[in-house]
Amino acid sequence: MSEAKEPLELLRIPIELDYTFSAGQSASRFLRGIAEGKLLGQKCPVDGRVYFPSRGACPQHGMPFGGDTLELSDKGTIVTYAIVRVPSENIPLELPYIAVQVLLDGADTVLMHLLKAKLEDVHMGMRVKATWRPKSEWTTSVGNILYFEPIAEPDAPYDSYKEHI
Amino acid sequence: MREVAVVGFTQSPCMRREPDRNEVEILIPVIHELRKSLGFEKESFDFVCSGSSDYLAGQSFAFVSGLDAIGAWPPVCESHVEMDGAWALYEAWVKMQMGYADTALVYGFGKPSMGDLPITMALQLDPYVNTPLWPDAISLAALQARLLLDAGLVTEREMAEHAVRDRKNAKRNPFAQVKGDFQAASLLKKPKLVSPLRQHDCAPISDGASAVVLAAGDRARELAKRPAWIRGIAHIVEPQELGVRDLTRSRSTELAAARAGIWKGAVDVAELSAPFTHQEILVERALGLGAKTRINPSGGALAGNPLMAVGLSRIGEAARRIWDGSASRAVAHATSGPCLQQNLVCVLEG
Amino acid sequence: MAELCGVIGIGQTKYQSARKDVSMPGLVREAAERALEDAGCTWRDIEAVVIGKAPDMFEGVMMPELFLVDALGGAYKPMLRVHTAGSVGGSTGIVAASLVQAGVHERVLCVAYEKQSESNATWALSIALPFSVATVAGAGGYFAPLVRGYIRRSGAPEDTGIRVAVKDRQNALKNPLAHLQLEDISFEKVANSPMLWDPIRYLETCPSSDGACAMVFASERVADRQSKPVAWVHATEMRSEPTMFSGRDQVIPRATLDNAASLYKKAGITKPREEIDCAEIYVPFSWFEPMWMEGMLITERNEGWKMTYEGATALDGDFPVNMSGGVLSSNPIGASGLIRFAESALQVRGLAGAHQVDGARRALGHAYGGGSQYFSTWIVGSAKP
Repeated sequence: MSEAKEPLELLRIPIELDYTFSAGQSASRFLRGIAEGKLLGQKCPVDGRVYFPSRGACPQHGMPFGGDTLELSDKGTIVTYAIVRVPSENIPLELPYIAVQVLLDGADTVLMHLLKAKLEDVHMGMRVKATWRPKSEWTTSVGNILYFEPIAEPDAPYDSYKEHI
Repeated sequence: MREVAVVGFTQSPCMRREPDRNEVEILIPVIHELRKSLGFEKESFDFVCSGSSDYLAGQSFAFVSGLDAIGAWPPVCESHVEMDGAWALYEAWVKMQMGYADTALVYGFGKPSMGDLPITMALQLDPYVNTPLWPDAISLAALQARLLLDAGLVTEREMAEHAVRDRKNAKRNPFAQVKGDFQAASLLKKPKLVSPLRQHDCAPISDGASAVVLAAGDRARELAKRPAWIRGIAHIVEPQELGVRDLTRSRSTELAAARAGIWKGAVDVAELSAPFTHQEILVERALGLGAKTRINPSGGALAGNPLMAVGLSRIGEAARRIWDGSASRAVAHATSGPCLQQNLVCVLEG
Repeated sequence: MAELCGVIGIGQTKYQSARKDVSMPGLVREAAERALEDAGCTWRDIEAVVIGKAPDMFEGVMMPELFLVDALGGAYKPMLRVHTAGSVGGSTGIVAASLVQAGVHERVLCVAYEKQSESNATWALSIALPFSVATVAGAGGYFAPLVRGYIRRSGAPEDTGIRVAVKDRQNALKNPLAHLQLEDISFEKVANSPMLWDPIRYLETCPSSDGACAMVFASERVADRQSKPVAWVHATEMRSEPTMFSGRDQVIPRATLDNAASLYKKAGITKPREEIDCAEIYVPFSWFEPMWMEGMLITERNEGWKMTYEGATALDGDFPVNMSGGVLSSNPIGASGLIRFAESALQVRGLAGAHQVDGARRALGHAYGGGSQYFSTWIVGSAKP
């Protein structure tokens, strides 16, 4: 231990912390729904807009979702998208993949998810439907939907989704 | 100095664990009740400032979700400190001093029950040489307690008596978590938690949120019959290393208190954020509190310790005693960092 | 009611991908010492310190102001730590200035920093939350769909972003402190660089840098005695809005429009494009330049891209933007906002060296953060407001 050493430049200090996370009452409603294959939108008590997914409150009005839910279809419109070519620790997907914002029919907010389609086909206004995992794999997670895939419907008109972008 | 007062305060009950509600859901009724009590349902505040810590939440940008609770629409002038809400209140007070705002909403929140708090707090230390040893918050406080006991500056009995007093006061606080009638002698028979500290010497872990409204001049008089005027507010930080500062007194509290003008008059009520009994004693001494001061009528941090809101709640509790006429002059204290490293003192007058 | 406040000292570290020669305390102290020297102040003169940085989880230090007390001469002084997501650098400057404007202190030091080489920003930005599925790969993945939305709305030519990138990277060559010094930068090089999150290419993206930026703010009484020029704070403004709500305009959010309108009103500016000489704007992905030209009401809706195309935002244009090279050239995340504020102050002090805009008397500093929801801005001038 007595030979001359290079000065220490970098030190790797692992940190491990465990957290017990609770989704909260509002998100739990929507998560329990999705565990049963139901996409539950929650209505803002002030303006009735349908939030999917939903957290604790309507962020615009600061009002908690009161439990007034609406079941949404799993079809929707692509509002906008990006073709991702950068790997990330938390996304175990093959590159390149398409990340999308989907406006589900009946919802007034967009859902961020993935699209399985040819890169050159994706476009704003494209009509898509959710492809679900096998039912046996369902849990309380948006991940029950593997990704969305295009369906044979004419594009949604720009006006129908332009306020979401 | 512009006249700024505390005119409203609400809090959630301090709980060991809020199992169902997330931070936003805890915060929403607190904010709503505060707005309602002041007739501020539709009106917006000139400035909003909050305090919270990502590490309590286990995610980056945890404070962003707090915005959902206040309905930040139309867009608001809003800021945030990664510190206890008491420092968010300080930022708001400064903003009002410069004439930017006449009203401000301040809130703090946290769910420390989600993680392992004492270990998480080790991340506040020097990351190169101290954190890797993982000295948890209780152990660090215990080191300080040992110094005080060995120097004969406090006794275990005194420490226990502080816990007894706070818990007894907390009986009248529906929001407090640890309350009841206890005997110092029986508490002293309990085993040590981290020597020389026992369970009763340590503040509980509490989930919670609180919110305060500040108003300036005439606006304050419109909103409160007896505004709790902030006559002085100051905060000071000491070097962190335990070996380079005097752990047997709280110099930063003394300095902050002097700057806040605490000794310009009698102190009827004091609300303290010290999370350990020996630290509560040090803060009392630093503030020069005597027998005539009612200390911790709410029970203080030892009765309920919702990190990131606890300091703000002390200001709120002190203000309440001004509003209800039971105090003419009150002091609130907030703290941050290991062994009372950083301290804030706020002096209120009716 | 507000007192006057002037920037009397600015200090920045050389931005680079890894500063292995200094620890975090060393990094912030370097910037702070340079600011003190510029201000002709000693550590003792400083009455309060305000620190800002991005989320604690980046470097893994909780509430780092606590351990940085010694490095920043903060012992037995008041210290605040501001955190407003990406706009934090700007907010830090605003809070520090407010301490002087409120008459609480006469000399305040503010510092913002990031030691990205000691952090795992990618991990910290996309921590896998329970119950959710990660679809967004970093900030670029979040913003790319919004850029696409801007292109759709404005009809901007697809190469607008490339032009911004070339300009900022050329400007960086005139700023010895900038991280990315790409001597051979060209339109082709940017256009041919790998596409990361369509439509954002590698060379249209900000780097990850270590760095710190510091400023000394002073009262009128102190600033008047300075021998070096002072940058006077004319106005500051902050606006926030929720990350997501039904019908939210995510591309040009209302918060930026409200912020700009209020800022200009306070500064007595009615024609920003004419009355402001130059701007340092938070552009982490090239397309944000045209977007923020609209967001900051410099030009009409859907016309931001024209300013880039016309060369208006070039160093020799009528509204130079990001003379320093901007976030595209140096990005220590927590500091980037303060660097914008500092660079705008350097301009009106006439101390920006090779990237100085001649005769700059009023400059705009801008920072944004979160899901384009936090905006911190200021106007500084060479004359008192």
